[in-house]
Amino acid sequence: MSTKKTKKKSQWHDIWRQLKKNKLAVISLFVLIALILIAILAPVLAPYSYKTQDVVNANAGSSAEHLLGTDKLGRDILSRLLYGSRASLIMGFSAIAIGAIIGIAIGAISGYFGGWTDNIIMRLLDIYQAIPMLLLCIALAAVLGPSLRNAIIALGVGMVPGYARMMRASVMTVRGKEFVESAKSKNCSTVRIILKHIIPNAIGPMIVQITMGVGSCILSGAALSFIGLGVQAPTAEWGAMISDARASLRQYPTQALYPGLCVMISVLACNLLGDGLRDALDPRLRN
Amino acid sequence: MNPLLEVKNLKKYFKTGGGMLHAVDNVSFTLDEGKTLGVVGESGCGKSTLGRTVLHLLEPTDGQIFFQGKDITNPSRKELRQLRENMQIIFQDPFSSLDPRKTVSEAIMEPLIVRGGMSKADMQAKTRELMDTVGLAARLEHSYPHELDGGRRQRIGIACALALEPKFIVCDEPVSALDVSIQAQVINLMLDLQEQRGLSYMFVTHDLSVVKYISDDILVMYLGQVVEKAPADELFSNTLHPYSKALLSAIPVPKYPNNAQRILLKGEITSPINPKPGCRFAARCRYATEACSKPQTLVECSPGHFIACCRYKEIQEHKEDNENA
Amino acid sequence: MENKYLLQIKDLAVEYHTDEDTVYAVNNISLELRKGEALGLVGETGAGKTTVAKSILGILPKVQSEITSGEILFEGENLLALSEKKMQKIRGNKIAMIFQDPMTALNPIETVGFQITEAIRQHNKISKYEGQQRACEMLEMVGIPRERYNEYPHQFSGGMKQRVVIAMALACNPELLLADEPTTALDVTIQAQVLEMMRTLREQMNTSVILITHDFGVVADFCESVAVTYAGEIVEKGSVDRIFNNAQHPYTQGLFGSLPSLDSKERRLKPIKGLMPDPTKVQKGCVFCDRCPHATEQCAAVKPAPVETEPGHFVKCSLVKGAEQ
Repeated sequence: MSTKKTKKKSQWHDIWRQLKKNKLAVISLFVLIALILIAILAPVLAPYSYKTQDVVNANAGSSAEHLLGTDKLGRDILSRLLYGSRASLIMGFSAIAIGAIIGIAIGAISGYFGGWTDNIIMRLLDIYQAIPMLLLCIALAAVLGPSLRNAIIALGVGMVPGYARMMRASVMTVRGKEFVESAKSKNCSTVRIILKHIIPNAIGPMIVQITMGVGSCILSGAALSFIGLGVQAPTAEWGAMISDARASLRQYPTQALYPGLCVMISVLACNLLGDGLRDALDPRLRN
Repeated sequence: MNPLLEVKNLKKYFKTGGGMLHAVDNVSFTLDEGKTLGVVGESGCGKSTLGRTVLHLLEPTDGQIFFQGKDITNPSRKELRQLRENMQIIFQDPFSSLDPRKTVSEAIMEPLIVRGGMSKADMQAKTRELMDTVGLAARLEHSYPHELDGGRRQRIGIACALALEPKFIVCDEPVSALDVSIQAQVINLMLDLQEQRGLSYMFVTHDLSVVKYISDDILVMYLGQVVEKAPADELFSNTLHPYSKALLSAIPVPKYPNNAQRILLKGEITSPINPKPGCRFAARCRYATEACSKPQTLVECSPGHFIACCRYKEIQEHKEDNENA
Repeated sequence: MENKYLLQIKDLAVEYHTDEDTVYAVNNISLELRKGEALGLVGETGAGKTTVAKSILGILPKVQSEITSGEILFEGENLLALSEKKMQKIRGNKIAMIFQDPMTALNPIETVGFQITEAIRQHNKISKYEGQQRACEMLEMVGIPRERYNEYPHQFSGGMKQRVVIAMALACNPELLLADEPTTALDVTIQAQVLEMMRTLREQMNTSVILITHDFGVVADFCESVAVTYAGEIVEKGSVDRIFNNAQHPYTQGLFGSLPSLDSKERRLKPIKGLMPDPTKVQKGCVFCDRCPHATEQCAAVKPAPVETEPGHFVKCSLVKGAEQ
């Protein structure tokens, strides 16, 4: 606890210092950054377009022309995987953004005000949570019609109760701290207290869950696409690709294997990074 | 002249599972400008609740509060805003009373931002000035609280409280978490500020040597009630209430040899939930008689010295007898 | 001559290693404790008091800490050289420790009686029944009725919990009791009760005590000798009488000057200026020279050796009489 340093040393700095110790987490972080870059640069990286059909070469194996082979319509699998990362990542990040933002807002309100507000919100969430999440997503996607946007909404809304609960618990511990009372005595409005004091301090444990949530959203998104409620053809998406390959799984297992591996790697990266963040954020492990 | 702050029969009850918790019960006092009122008592006696209720951080259950002659018991939103600019609080724990994610200057500037009406440059200048006033080096501007020691953190707390230039500050155990050598620095700072700015303090603490040192008047509280109220010197030289006596004698004095007789109390503080009428100290008091089961009122036994004990005269005589014997 | 002392610490040095820094927590401390003696180890936060106690008990965190030099002789045996297995026999049996926070020392899901019984049976081969009987006796000794044997820690108040902890520590009739701020978390009247009880038990059992505290009042009340620590060094040690009435080291004098006294009339305290030195830096000269009002260039350059100004009164300052010779 040196007091002599004048340079600005924030908690983020601290977290990064701790995270660096965990090699798996750092690797995962780079994998995720790489995935994002791939998604952005897909048109540059991909040898073909995701919808170019080469029917003559359908169901081909690996070759110099098609590194990972082609699917039943003769589309280059590598290109489709690269393009597919876009839909998967967009689905993962957007759904989590929706779920986390709404969840955090609801949780913060519920936790900060307590009493009746809290009771009503929590009971509503109880009812909401009694419906299985995947079923809810299916129902929502069915009602709104299958598309990438609707899959994101369905997934995001499904994430809300979990985040709301977690945020509420976190806010309740922060709420009791003296600095909140101090802010009140300095005439801070309720909105300011929640936005400037409570949320920044309560968000720590949420970051872990959000990171891991990206993984599970990618997974659920793939599942939705697999059952045809997510991304629609011809747009490439990993879940949809597995679904497409399903019919000929015995003859051409690699057509399902590659997208499956992609899903696995991205989900694993999210989970490992989340795990690393959990350790880095745990004050007991910090000195 | 009106006193700066006047509190009449203030009550603050909390609803708990076991019944009504009488945290503050019928407390009255006045505080003049530039003076310090010490509030002493052990944990659970309601001293912190009293401070917070006066500031409207907690809503009073009953009673009246006057500030500068104006009734502020039920202030409107606008009045409350104005009031908070005149009444501030310094917290006990410099670790939990500062937002860990705000730098020193952000923390000190916040009350100014909330009040509004100042340009950014003015606010920054004011922040520097405040840091200077409380003895924080300018280079610490961008430090986070966790990088600083307790004494410096408490200085941030004081600077935050001073930012709006209040007239009255509730100090809730501001030095109990600090080391002795640092504690003395902070107490001196608070005394300097009082002299320069004519501040009034309500100094809540369990540390009697500190309270004697800093206060003009002292309230001794026990389970939510005032048992004795007197000017500081008077209270220490002519302690009347059996609880105050035991409390004073229990302070370990850094003196050797120390021949002072120690009064050991039996038992521990009882719960302030649904208390019976009558003296709340009676169960632990060696002078207790049946008369103590009736409600006690605060009576003025000598000018400025109030006591809530129906037997104080007999106890006084008893003491004189002992001395004569 | 070795047998004259129950405990003898010679040149103990302890370092803590963190990711970036090395903290020099204890720097060449030497201490002696006679059988039956109560020594007050006084100092502010970060002075290394608790580290000394933990080194004696061999419970320093293994990963981050390192004892770089020194010996701790207990009944003539070097504790630092003992195997963990042998230490376990000594820990809790011959040397016991009381921690500041009674809550963390008690297991919340076991009854207090069971916990005391376990502590006894760990070191004595006695039946469960005998253990329970001993535990009941211990409870009564610390002023808790034996009927409360089957209650859980949360059913006790803070003072009662600390009594349970003390009962647990004394259950095996240790030779040496290390008490780390045993009453700091308690209210003054409860503190007085607990200190009184500890004093009585000490006389009964002839236990030697090292009392770690920041409160000179408690020391004057309880101890026969005092060691004043500052930044990992003992700057002055001697009898209570010598330290309280004839302190020689500027730091000790400064500490007494910082204390608000109940009988002084002065309106300003005399705090020690400045802050504790950075414990990650090795101090070349006197540890106190940055804050010392009398410091000379000599002080910053050369580390003073302890000077015996009176028999048994050691001062680590090059400015006291006799230091030059």
